[in-house]
Amino acid sequence: MTLRPGPDPRGVLAVMADSTRCRLLEELATGGAATATTLAARLPVTRQAVVKHLGVLTRAGLVTGSREGREVRYAVHTGPLASAADWLAGLAAEWDQRLAAIKRIAESG
Amino acid sequence: MLTDRIEREIVINAPPQRVWQALTEAEHISGWFGDATEIDLRPGGAIVFTWSKCGSHHAVVERVEPPRLFSFRWARPAGEPATEGNATLVEFTLSPDGAGTRLRVVETGFAGLQVSDEDKAVAVKENTEGWIDELGELREYAERPAA
Repeated sequence: MTLRPGPDPRGVLAVMADSTRCRLLEELATGGAATATTLAARLPVTRQAVVKHLGVLTRAGLVTGSREGREVRYAVHTGPLASAADWLAGLAAEWDQRLAAIKRIAESG
Repeated sequence: MLTDRIEREIVINAPPQRVWQALTEAEHISGWFGDATEIDLRPGGAIVFTWSKCGSHHAVVERVEPPRLFSFRWARPAGEPATEGNATLVEFTLSPDGAGTRLRVVETGFAGLQVSDEDKAVAVKENTEGWIDELGELREYAERPAA
């Protein structure tokens, strides 16, 4: 599955379903912008794997990279995460409405 | 961080058997999901939820354990059969709560929804608009006095 930068919350959720990517994003969110080398030192994965996952995160619009000398520094871009969270919150609100309707039906019988 | 799971709960002042009917009988389902429903209530049975404005959504019954558990997998895109890449799982659990029923719904599988590269922007826009219409109708239904 290819994922492009964009507002699709399903894409964001699919990207976040991977535990390494989730860890990477948490590292960047809590520790600030970092390079693949720094991130690989903090996580139990190779630099090569980190680069691959950062590529997926970049394409999903979740991180942005900026070149610094010979390395690229990655920073979290929270927009798509917030949209995905909003999307899920919207779906949860729909269930609240449906449950209220079920309650009404069951209690009227 | 984000979780691939929606979980909601409500307490209903009616016994589980009565809630079970509201959840699984076609005439009642259309009161909370879609405008018309066809349902073959057995594991593997087919469900069709029809929204007059948005078309039909196909689903497959997963578990039927009256009056405790009812689940189905429904295709998010209209008109398509439910498959692994396009459906989410909806599971209802009923438990006695005093003289009433605690009803919990859990919907999972959003992260597994496959996103078609070409159409996804359009599809999301259409879905969102569809849901907004439907929400308005749900609200109207919920606020109507019981028949």
